[in-house]
This record gives sequence, C-alpha cells and structure tokens, in this order.
Amino acid sequence: MKDYNSLIFELSKEGRKAYSLPPCDVGETRLDSLIPSSFLRDDEVDLPEVSEVDVVRHFTNLSTKNYGVDTGFYPLGSCTMKYNPKINEDMAALSRFSDIHPLQPEETVQGALELMFNLDSMLSEITGMERVTLQPAAGAHGELTGLMIIKAYHENRGDKKRNKIIVPDSAHGTNPASAAVAGFEIIEIESDKNGAVDLEKLKAVLSDEIAGLMLTNPSTLGLFEQNIKQIADLVHEAGGLLYYDGANANAIMGIARPGDMGFDVIHLNLHKTFSTPHGGGGPGSGPVGVRKDLVQFLPIPTVEKKDAKYVLDYDRPHSIGKVKSFYGHFGVAVKAYAYILSMGGDGLKNASQEAVLNANYIMNKLKKYYYLPMDQVCKHEFVLSGLLDNENHVSTLDVAKRLLDYGYHPPTIYFPLIVSDAIMIEPTETESVETLDSFIDVMIKISEEAKENPEILKTAPHDTNVRRIDEVKAARNLILKWDKNKQ
Amino acid sequence: METKKDLLYSNDHEWVRVEGEKAYIGITDFAQHSLGEIVYVELPEVGDDLNAGDVFGVIESVKAASDSYLPVSGKVLEVNEALSDSPQLINEDPYGSWIVLVELSGKSDLDDLMNAQEYEEFCSKED
Amino acid sequence: MHRYIPNTEADEKQMLNSIGAKSIEDLFVDIPKNLRLEKNLNIHGPLSELELSNHMKNLSNSNKSVDDLVCFLGAGAYDHYIPSIVKHLAMRSEFYTAYTPYQPEISQGTLQVIFEYQTMICSLTGMDVTNASMYDGATACVEAAIMAVESARRDSVVVSSTVHPDVRKVLKSYMRFRDVEVIEVDMTDGVTDIEKLKSLVGSNIAGVIIQNPNFFGIIEDMTEIEKITHANKSVLINYVDPISLGILKSPADYGVDIVVGEGQSLGNSMSFGGPYLGFLATNSKLMRKMPGRIVGQSDDVDGKRAFVLTLQAREQHIRRYKATSNICSNQGLNALIAAIYMTTMGKKGIKEVAEQSAKKAHYAMNQLTKTGKFKLLFDKPFFKEFALTSSVESTRINKGLLHHNILGGYGLDKDYPELKNGLLLCVTEKRTKEQIDKLAQVMEVI
Repeated sequence: MKDYNSLIFELSKEGRKAYSLPPCDVGETRLDSLIPSSFLRDDEVDLPEVSEVDVVRHFTNLSTKNYGVDTGFYPLGSCTMKYNPKINEDMAALSRFSDIHPLQPEETVQGALELMFNLDSMLSEITGMERVTLQPAAGAHGELTGLMIIKAYHENRGDKKRNKIIVPDSAHGTNPASAAVAGFEIIEIESDKNGAVDLEKLKAVLSDEIAGLMLTNPSTLGLFEQNIKQIADLVHEAGGLLYYDGANANAIMGIARPGDMGFDVIHLNLHKTFSTPHGGGGPGSGPVGVRKDLVQFLPIPTVEKKDAKYVLDYDRPHSIGKVKSFYGHFGVAVKAYAYILSMGGDGLKNASQEAVLNANYIMNKLKKYYYLPMDQVCKHEFVLSGLLDNENHVSTLDVAKRLLDYGYHPPTIYFPLIVSDAIMIEPTETESVETLDSFIDVMIKISEEAKENPEILKTAPHDTNVRRIDEVKAARNLILKWDKNKQ
Repeated sequence: METKKDLLYSNDHEWVRVEGEKAYIGITDFAQHSLGEIVYVELPEVGDDLNAGDVFGVIESVKAASDSYLPVSGKVLEVNEALSDSPQLINEDPYGSWIVLVELSGKSDLDDLMNAQEYEEFCSKED
Repeated sequence: MHRYIPNTEADEKQMLNSIGAKSIEDLFVDIPKNLRLEKNLNIHGPLSELELSNHMKNLSNSNKSVDDLVCFLGAGAYDHYIPSIVKHLAMRSEFYTAYTPYQPEISQGTLQVIFEYQTMICSLTGMDVTNASMYDGATACVEAAIMAVESARRDSVVVSSTVHPDVRKVLKSYMRFRDVEVIEVDMTDGVTDIEKLKSLVGSNIAGVIIQNPNFFGIIEDMTEIEKITHANKSVLINYVDPISLGILKSPADYGVDIVVGEGQSLGNSMSFGGPYLGFLATNSKLMRKMPGRIVGQSDDVDGKRAFVLTLQAREQHIRRYKATSNICSNQGLNALIAAIYMTTMGKKGIKEVAEQSAKKAHYAMNQLTKTGKFKLLFDKPFFKEFALTSSVESTRINKGLLHHNILGGYGLDKDYPELKNGLLLCVTEKRTKEQIDKLAQVMEVI
C-alpha cells in the first residue's frame, strides 16, 4: 500500500472487534457482586475497535516503513548488526521454551536450567572468566551489575573509601551513566592521540579511592589496546578492578580473552556478538562474567548442578541481590545458545577473523576519500573523520542521510566523541565482498557528490518514506500520544 | 558573539545584572549559541535559597541538556515564567531573557565575576 | 565455510591483496603474543541446522510447558491467551532485525508503533505520558523510585510488604548502591497497614510504592493511601497488573503520580521469565524526570506527519556522568507485542479478559473453600489471584497437583515465613470450568 499513513486510532469504529474468547462458563455473575463497585471503573478503556484484518494490515504496513538487517547492509559501528539466524527464532519459540512459567517446580524446567548452565560455561570459556550471570537485561544493565559487584567486592574487604571509577573519554556513553547510577564518582581521563589509554594520565589519577577502570578492547576506535597488560597491572597495584565493556567483543572471539588480559568483571551483549536480534531497540541481554573470587557477589539466583540435577541457588549471602525479575531474558539466551552451537568454537574464531577482514577492506578503500585519523590495522570496526577536501562543508550527518537514498543504513555518526565528525563503520562477518564493494562505491559516489552537488547531500534524504524531521518542533511542542479531542 | 558592557559574567557563561540588592541572571550569547535551539528551560522554585555554584536550572536543546550554575548566592525572588512556553526567547534575545531574579546574600561573590572585556577574552580561549 | 559467513577463500585472498596483507594473521599483529589464546575454544559444534534443531528440541523436552500442564500459577507471570496474529505480526523481520530508531527516516514503523503503544498505555493507566518501555516491571519500579527521590529531593522510599517480593529485592539492590533507604511497611490481613503507613510517611520520604492489586491479588485501599502520601508531599507510585485495568479504576482516578508495572500479560509469552517489558507512566508534572526513550510527533521538511525520538537531551549518551538513569535500550519488540495485543483485544476485549479472569478466579475460590479444608487466607476483595491456607504444606499440594498435570500455586512461605502453608493461586480467562473443578477435586484429596 503506497504511502500508508494511518494511526490505528483513526481506523477505529464502534462495534468492530479483532478478538474472540469462549463464553464464560462459570455462570452469570455480576462483577459488582464479586468486587465492590467503588473499585470498578465506570468507563471503558479507550483502546481501538478494529477488525482482525485491520490489525494485520496496519502492522504489516508499518513494518514496511522500517529498515532491518534483513532489508540490507547495516554497518552501524559499535552495534554489531550481524545476520540474525532464523533457526534461532524457531528454537526460542519452541513451546517448551517459550511457554514455561518462571516459577514452575525445578523438576519441570530441567531443560531450561541446563541451557542456562551450559550458556554460562560457554560464555565463560569465550571470555576467560570463572562464571557468568545471565540476569542483566541489556549492555547498560550489565555495566551496572558489574559495577555493583565491584562495589560489593571493596565493601566486603572493609574498604569503603573507593568511590571513584575511571572512564576514558572515548568510552560508550553508558559507562559513565552506569557508574553514576551505581553511586560512583566518575574520573574521566583523556585518551592519547591514537585513542588509547594514556598511561601517564592513568597513573596520575590512580589512588586508594579508585574502585576500578572501565574499558572496552578493542577501543571505540576499533583499535586493540596494546598496553592492556600494563594498564591492568597499574589498576590492580592501586587496588582497583578492571571492567570490560563487551560491546566490541566481535573482534576477538577465540583470539584473545578479556580474562587473560587482566579484566576482573566483564559484560557481553548477546544482541551484538551472539547474533540475537535488536528488536528495534530491545530486548537485549547483557550477561556479566567475573573472575573466581568475585563469583560470590553474582546476582541471585545462580544455576548450579547438583547430583545430575540443575537447581536455582538463592543461598548466596554475599550476592548483590537481584537486579531484575526472575532470571534475565531467557528467550534471548536460547537464541545465543543456538548461535554458539551453530558456529562451534572454531566458527566463532572465524567469525571474528572475517569481521576484522571486512572492516580492514572497507577502511583501505575509503581512506582516499574520507579522513582516516588512525591509519593502522583496525579490528572489527574503524572510525573516519568526515570527508577529505571538504570545501563545501558537507557534514557527516549529510553523508549519513544521503546513504539512506542509496538504500543503506548509515554508520554510527558523531561517536566516539574524541573524533570530530566521526563516521564509525562496522560491517560484521555476515556480509559478502560484493555487498562491501557496493557500499564502498556508494560512499565514493557520495564524496564526489559532495564536491559537485553538495545541495543534494544537504537536503538528503529524498527517496525515503519521510524526509528530515523537525526535531526542534517535536521537542518544543510535545505530542507524545494521540489525542482524540485534538483531531 | 555579543556581550553587554553593563553586565558581569561567570566562567559557566551566565550573565548577572545587579540592581541594588537584587540581580537578574541569564545565560550569555556564547552559551545560547553553543547549545543550539533551546527547547526547554527548567526553572527553580521562588523562595529557594541557593549558594553560588548551585544548579538553579537546566537548559535543554535538542542536542544537549546543560545545568546552569548560580554565579552568586541568594534567594530566588522571581522566575521568568515566559520561558516555560517560549524557551526560544533565550536564543532570540539572551540578554533580554533573564531566567531568575535573586536577592543577593552579599556582594562579595560579584568580585569573582568578569567584566565584558575579560569575558570576551575568556570565550576566545574556549572556542 | 559456514552458512552465516559468505566470504569464500578466493574472496579472502582478493581482499587481503587489496589491503596489502599476506594473511588474516597480519590483521592481528597488534595483539601482543602473550595475550593470544593458544588453544581452540572448548565449545561443541558447529552443528548443522538439523542437528541443532534436534538438540534443542531434546533439551526443551526436559521442560513441561503450560500446554503440558494446566496452569494455576501466577505471582508475576501470567498465562493469558495470546491471539495468533500477535506472533505473526511481531515476527515481521523489518521490526525485529532493526536497531533503535536513531535514523527516523527509515524507522517510521518502529517509531509509530511506539507512539501508538504510548497512547494505549496512557489510556489504560489514565496517565498523561509514558515512555517507550523499560526492562521489566521491577526495574521500572526502581526508576520510578529514583524519579521520586530526584523530584522530592528526599532520600528514603516506603514500599509496602504486599508488593511483589522480587520487585522489593530489585529495589533494595539498586538503592543500596545509591544510599537511598528503603523502608518496608507491614501488612495487616493481606493489605498495607494504613496506620503503620501513616506513622512511617514523614518529611524524609520521597515516595510510597503500593502494588494494586497487590501480590496476594487483593485490591488495596488507594483512596486512603493517596491522602497520606500527598499530605506529606511524597510521590505516590503504583505497581499495577495492566489486565486488571480492564475493569478496575485506573491509577489516575486515585491521583497516583507514577504508574509502573509488568507488561508481560499484554501478549508476551512467559518464556521462563523474560524478555518482558516494564511500563512507566506519569503526569505532566514529572514528565521531564522520566527516564528512557520517548517518541513524539512532528513533521518532516515536506510537512508530512512523522515520528521521532524526543526529550533525548537528558539521556545517558548526552548527560553521561550526570545521568540519573543509565537505561539505553527499551524492550522494543515486547512493546510492539503489547501494542499489537492491546489493539487486537481493543476496548471490549481487555474488559472481557479481565472480567472472565475475575469471575473464574472467584468461582475457583468458591469451589476450593466449599468443604472447609482450604480457607481464604485473607478475606478481602481480589482480582484474579487469591491466597488459600490449610493444614497441608504448599509444596505437598503442588506435588500432588503436578502428578495430575496441574501446575499449582505459589508457596507463600518462601517470602512470608509467617504465612505457613499459604498458597497463591491464579486463574486467567484461559481456564475452563472443567479444569477448575478438577483442581478443586484433586486438592480436596491431597
């Protein structure tokens, strides 16, 4: 349907319905004879009244206004938009995974507990940690959980003055936010000219008030932090712990492990590295792994194996407690587990190798047209800094918006903050050389357009469902829901 | 960038117009320019007793939310309600759009502020 | 080569040539030798699709689903009916393989769905605004408590002991690290003790958290609680079951300031505890303290109606170290499911689901308490859950029921040691008279 532009509320018509329920078979009772009428509502909830076909067409049409990994190339840096295997969706939807109640007796959920137990082992093996909890709902939630563990560790040692967390200025925005929410003060340190941790600046801020350092490796610039061992030693000598933000783990599976680098607490994003879909903003899943002596602080419950049975262990006196209802995003864990088995250990390593190959391939082809501030081997992603010879002042935003006209999802832009006009490209391993070549051609073409016809970039996109949107109007004149009375 | 001769300036880019024991406070042209189009101004409560350095408001643009720090200690006498509905007034006329009027607790805080020329030099280093 | 990795050996060679590298190994020279993993990862596989599918089915067959068992278990996750179209539409891959809608021009599908979701959550709760969803009910409740602390500038919150134990646990873990005191107010006869609440709510209390219907399914006296809370200028937070709002007064009717809850019942499968969605709705006064993503309506340059993320300036990626919430993702797909569910059920359906659940729960209560072996633990008006007590331990009852392929209730003594032999049962619209009669019959002879 061309130019579908209806809200579901505009289709509503009194008397229509899209559902059917069997008649109530427990006799005719008036509701107010069961529940006092003072507790009952006088009106009906103002939800739409539409037919089943209306619902189906409405949401189908809306879906066509979206762009997903299944639509095309999605080189969104730091987000690892790899292919989301279909079989994983089927597996998570198996009735005996999806239709089980979280509070069922343990003997009726042995398969689910076994899966969680095994996924813990697999993720521990991949990262070199002792144990992993699946409870955190997303990457940022994993960070918060990990920081709570760090705080609990220091408090348990009777060391209560460690209230500061060091975060490099290149970090993901969630790092400082998570530290703030966990009740820490944040010390930001400037990166060196290559975007790596500046050892001298790190030394200068280390003290007995430092609880830990948050780091991602490869860094947000896509470069491996070569001094990681020294960094770990420095932080450990000062009594702090090292936290690993797993957003960039797709570069190192089977190649290097955060546990071996000296990290004490880590999180992974199952929705990035382990192929589970992003769902238009979630659900994610941010498992947290820890070294051996920190296992006691993991959230309750953990899954344990006792006498060939899997059990939920709540009896953990040093645990930070619960960070979420039940046990985390089990449905997401099923998909990640299926993915890991589909790949196998060697397959995961190969995935990282190909992800790095794809990134280096694009980087080398584009550096003649866009400014590449760090011209060295990159890992799974790299960062450009705007157009070369940009006489017409075409912005990174313009380049991104023009990519939409050519049918691509743009890279991450204006991040990391330490690179001006950043364009952060992460192709992932699930893209073919042909796809990369087409994208490279378009990026080159856009750089030519920037010279010859900058207006077409500055007014892009032209061929999308809607064009540039007035964000100032949206923020000044807030319309956050449909209002029947204002139509 | 515009400045006004008769105002005092803080290094957090607020301006102060002293009238006797009272002072009007707003944000400078430099500040509104770097924030971009302002979409919301959060105002303090009338009667709040604040110290120099306290946050007295939050100014939001599409790309940033910025705390405003009170350059002087004092009691909030009035807030500029017009900004609730028309935050863009700050973009249009930063020195005409005061945010709060305070009763000064003392005048010593004023010694730490810059005059227009000093503030211009300060901003040229920030750019 | 692997089915998910398209580059062939020839492709690799050509690409390496173009880069000027001899081998893939050349691309990893920056990783110091002493950090390189010397062994192969000890992980089984790779499995073909058929092998994987067999393995996963075998594993899942060690579980019993609510298709295998007749479910009378609730306590935070509910076996409501999910219409067929919900899954079909939510599984449109343009929805689920998309990222967060940061490029609005190619994300109008997701953005409009969230806008419609926001509208429907506001209708359901009666509140002015809501966000695009939170991780789950428990974390939504934490965020509401933080909003209260921030807006009231006080450092304690009161939570009723009739609030779901998991929600209280999550609240305590978070608040422990923020130095916010969490004070529990006792219950009497299955509801919040009003007198004790009155004595606790003082000038240090930022917010009061009440679940309604509460953990025992009982409808709380919100009118009195509202008076106490607002007389003290505290923020009233209500944790609600969205299905109950089909028939019960909305939180807005009681003057609640922030409404939160677990949205699983709105079309999401139980999936052993997640992923679900939390919802958080509030009044316009607290709107700007609300964390998370929010979608607003605007126009594009051609004047066409368009949707976009708004109020983003306070989000963590801009505020960084001044953030009061670190939530970044929402539960996009689960909010989509909730939106499709609410649309499908509509005005009449949400009411009918709530009504049938309430009527069947009351029928079950009557059947179960007929002979006197089981008594209502608290004799108070309830919605779809109720607590029984007897001389038999709840684990024994549940074991006996399981033997008849019935998934029994939630043993209350785990969280409330004083409620020995307490059993919380839940009845949704999915249960039939026959199933309920069977439940009563089996329980009678245990």
